[in-house]
Amino acid sequence: MEQLLLLLIFLPLVGALVTAFSGNAAKHVALVSSIVSLALTLALVCNFSPNASTQFVVDFPWIQELGINFHVGIDGISIITVLLTNVLIPLIILAGYQHNYKNPKGFFALILFMQSGLLLVFTALDAFLFYIGWEAALIPIYFICAIWGGKDRIKVNMKFFVYTIAGSLFMLMGIIYLYLQNPAHNFDIQAFYSLNLDSTQQCWIFWAFFIAFAIKMPIFPFHTWQPNTYTEAPAVGTMLLSGIMLKMGIYGVIRWLLPIVPSGVQDWAHLAIILSVIGILYASIIAFTQKDAKRLVAYSSIAHVGLISAGIFALNVQGMQGAMVQMLSHGINVVGLFFVLDIISNRVKTNRISELGGIAKQAPILAIVSLIIVFGTVALPGTNGFIGEFLLLMGVYQYNAWIAAFAGLTIIFGAVYMLRMYQNVMLGKTNELTIGFTDIKGSEKVVLYTICVLIIVLGVYPKPILQLSEASVQHLIEQVTQKLTSVN
Amino acid sequence: MIIDLVWLVPLIPLIGFIINGLGRNTLSKNLIGFIGSSVIFISFAISIGIFAELASSPVKTHEVFLFDWISAGSLHIPLSFLVDPLSAIMLLIVTGVGFLIHIYSIGYMHEDEGFGKFFSYLNLFIFFMLLLVLGSNYIVMFIGWEGVGLCSYLLIGFWYTNSSYASAAKKAFVMNRIGDLGFLLGVFFIFTTFGSVEFSKIFPQAAAMLPGDGTIALIALLLFIGACGKSAQLPLFTWLPDAMAGPTPVSALIHAATMVTAGIYMIARSNLIFDLAPVIQHVIAIVGLATAIVAAIIALTQTDIKKVLAYSTVSQLGYMFLGLGVGAYNGAFFHVITHAFFKALLFLCAGSVIHALHHEQDMRHMGGLRKKLPVTFLTMLIGTIAIAGLPPFSGFFSKDEILAHVYMHDKIMWGIAVFGAFLTAFYMFRMLFLTFYGKYRGTHHAEEKIHESPKTMTWPLIVLAVLSAIGGIIGIPETLGGNHWLSHWLSPVIQHAGEAPDHATEYALMAVSVVGVLISIAFAYTKYIKKDHIPAPDEAERSFLAKLSYNKFYFDEIYDTLFRKPLDAISVFFYKVVDNKIVDGIVNGLGWGTSEASKGLRLVQSGNVGFYIFMMVVGIISLLLYTYLSL
Repeated sequence: MEQLLLLLIFLPLVGALVTAFSGNAAKHVALVSSIVSLALTLALVCNFSPNASTQFVVDFPWIQELGINFHVGIDGISIITVLLTNVLIPLIILAGYQHNYKNPKGFFALILFMQSGLLLVFTALDAFLFYIGWEAALIPIYFICAIWGGKDRIKVNMKFFVYTIAGSLFMLMGIIYLYLQNPAHNFDIQAFYSLNLDSTQQCWIFWAFFIAFAIKMPIFPFHTWQPNTYTEAPAVGTMLLSGIMLKMGIYGVIRWLLPIVPSGVQDWAHLAIILSVIGILYASIIAFTQKDAKRLVAYSSIAHVGLISAGIFALNVQGMQGAMVQMLSHGINVVGLFFVLDIISNRVKTNRISELGGIAKQAPILAIVSLIIVFGTVALPGTNGFIGEFLLLMGVYQYNAWIAAFAGLTIIFGAVYMLRMYQNVMLGKTNELTIGFTDIKGSEKVVLYTICVLIIVLGVYPKPILQLSEASVQHLIEQVTQKLTSVN
Repeated sequence: MIIDLVWLVPLIPLIGFIINGLGRNTLSKNLIGFIGSSVIFISFAISIGIFAELASSPVKTHEVFLFDWISAGSLHIPLSFLVDPLSAIMLLIVTGVGFLIHIYSIGYMHEDEGFGKFFSYLNLFIFFMLLLVLGSNYIVMFIGWEGVGLCSYLLIGFWYTNSSYASAAKKAFVMNRIGDLGFLLGVFFIFTTFGSVEFSKIFPQAAAMLPGDGTIALIALLLFIGACGKSAQLPLFTWLPDAMAGPTPVSALIHAATMVTAGIYMIARSNLIFDLAPVIQHVIAIVGLATAIVAAIIALTQTDIKKVLAYSTVSQLGYMFLGLGVGAYNGAFFHVITHAFFKALLFLCAGSVIHALHHEQDMRHMGGLRKKLPVTFLTMLIGTIAIAGLPPFSGFFSKDEILAHVYMHDKIMWGIAVFGAFLTAFYMFRMLFLTFYGKYRGTHHAEEKIHESPKTMTWPLIVLAVLSAIGGIIGIPETLGGNHWLSHWLSPVIQHAGEAPDHATEYALMAVSVVGVLISIAFAYTKYIKKDHIPAPDEAERSFLAKLSYNKFYFDEIYDTLFRKPLDAISVFFYKVVDNKIVDGIVNGLGWGTSEASKGLRLVQSGNVGFYIFMMVVGIISLLLYTYLSL
């Protein structure tokens, strides 16, 4: 059973290798590999006992001279992100089926390579390993966006790459500093947790990590790489970035920021929450008048992530559990939205809102599934979005009622920009461009139906997911508050 | 125990939704209509069973637990249902009126290509409405609350290829969402104040509290904001008239009889909380009264038959809120019931007229339809008398109960409210006279094709007409020799029923309102029958007041100027200036600065060995100097 996690992390690498040499069958090989990963993940979830302990731990020395261990394991928090990754990757690969990519071997191999990196990030219990995964996940997505992206891809991607690398450098400095402070001279997470740092040190470490995570999510004002990158990336790249990769930042805050520098968090959480809430309002308002649907969804993603971040920094069970569910829900919904837009741009070669309209008449099934995804995104009760946003807002409310009132505007603003987009794209009269629009079929149906089922099932019966993470979340919050009280 | 099977009541319409939704293109119209209506009938039958069992049971509150829905930390939200006198009677209204409207829709929507879609949405609506009614906590209520909003969105935008209809749908959803944020924040405050969102945990605590607590007042205010959105009160009412874009049965079911009364239901359900916040009750009374009057004034000059009814709905909802505000919970809920009968009836009659005239809704092109549509005319006459409030029709009893309580609360408010009732009688009879009396004003060609509606449409009219006529039975006051069954029935839920005036005063109040209503009808008769007055065309000159009324006090234009346009302008400014120039400018500036600095530093590495040696010497000397100075 211990080897299950190792298998989970390295299987995608093997899959990537096989895919890279599989000729025309690349996408099928990649799909099979990702489905096997999903099956393994489900086995892992079934064998996971929902308590606060870290399970499936693998720990062996790797670079002994530097005290680096290959130390991975899963608790209730990481299992959510692992589940997210391995549920979404097969859907994203399947979403790529409708394209004829140049060099499909490379394309699909890179997706699997990235999957490995992501899984390493979500399971690493050694800071060095975490950092390796962090960068390893960036490289494939950089190539995916830079090779298969839109016409501005080189310039846009350069910025994305440099921006995130700059952020990671701060984090690397933070990690090295912690390593030097650690009397055992290793990168072990538990050793980092038990370090006694004074408040100045905590402040510096907080910012070193926070900037890296804030750029990744992204939080206002570190977000300006995101809309361009999402818009220029190939649809599959956008899905990987928004569905999974940004959760690295959120996960990083929960795993590496809160428990290591609790008093740094205490000092700066207020600012972090305010920036997050500014991001919600700012990005929502910008989304009102976006002309390109993909860019609109990109901005809406900033708003949604802002709420998740605010809920986490509120440091209570409701907020944190809300973040858990919402990471999953946001991943599912945003992948659905970007896929719908990809289907549209594939058929009519544009995502410009003003040029579209009347698609519902031609493609009723696409209209229905898009509507379900839209309502999941605007957090209608009964959909997955509601569970997450409700708990997040409740968490923020317990932190401060006024901030929650402002953050809550997202449920109004979200309805405005999402329904505006839906109306202008799907409803109204069919025009010359959309007259020949054909309804979804084959792999498109499989992906979108799966997403819709997940949206409703998670919305109606979220208990299994909430139970997976509850104990670990409770534990984390106790850990942080205990450390704070012992300091004061 | 049939009460334990209460989960079947919402489940069966949900099954109907799934069957009709999946089979919308494959099943025959007859089958779809049959499935869609019979699932509601089954729910109605079960509801009758539940009602009967509750009536004979000594225990008046039953909770039926299904499963744990959300739990996080100390927050536990079960999916469970509450059967008590309030929800039991609401079940009958929703499924009963709902069933009649489903039957009616079979005829009304018969030619529509979206027939299957329509019935599936209608079933889904009933499902969510029943969740709203049955929820045993605020969050399950909220599922229904937003779910009916979703159905309202879908059904207003039913003919979505017309982009103004799609806009109306969006407007309804967004305006409701504004209220919903209030509701949600109210629930958060409830959770921190009472430690639970369950009715059974909150209300016993509230009953033991004394009025005047600030937090409770805030909770009451926030819940009321939620109710304002759903029940179309000032300032959030402008979506409801636009909602008339939906098919007429939808206007009858959702935008008159059931969904829009959800706000009143919620406040009646939470009456113990509102009793603790007298200031907010006062606010509710004022908002309700203002809405009642403003909407009635607008209704005076409207020419679209559905718009008249829409504003009349807003106005009647205003009366219900006025009742809630003065503590007349029974009266308000009584009016919910009678209004469900007569307003559903009036909308369906209007639908029958529109159906007969092939989608003509402008009353200026109607007239003289009395002979051609006898059933529609007679039933609409009954509905009109009921809403105008003439005894012994149902509207009289419920409206006068509210007015009597208002009188005890504040005499000036009573005066304004009674004046509003006179306006109601005037604009309703104006509508009736313009539609059915005088000469037909459409084309001759159209006149030949006018025909009474099919039986599936007229039978529901007749049933509703009977209910509108005699529905007042459940709440005949003692003054008139009744025993007000409804207030006894609701007494387990509504403990403080407010005070009624003494008999002599009540007789006097009734006399004033009946005489006033008769005079208003006489006015309408003189103007629209005797003098044959026809409302002026759109572009005609109007006096200042008429212009205000005709243009709906310019609410939409004002909101556009105050909110939509500025927000869109801010949006463009944020995007083009703040985001692209400032925030991103700083980022790019940092990048540019780094690369420029490196360009400068790069020049230092010139490859000139002499320069390197010189710099090395400078370095060594400065190091030595530094060591020397720090010694």
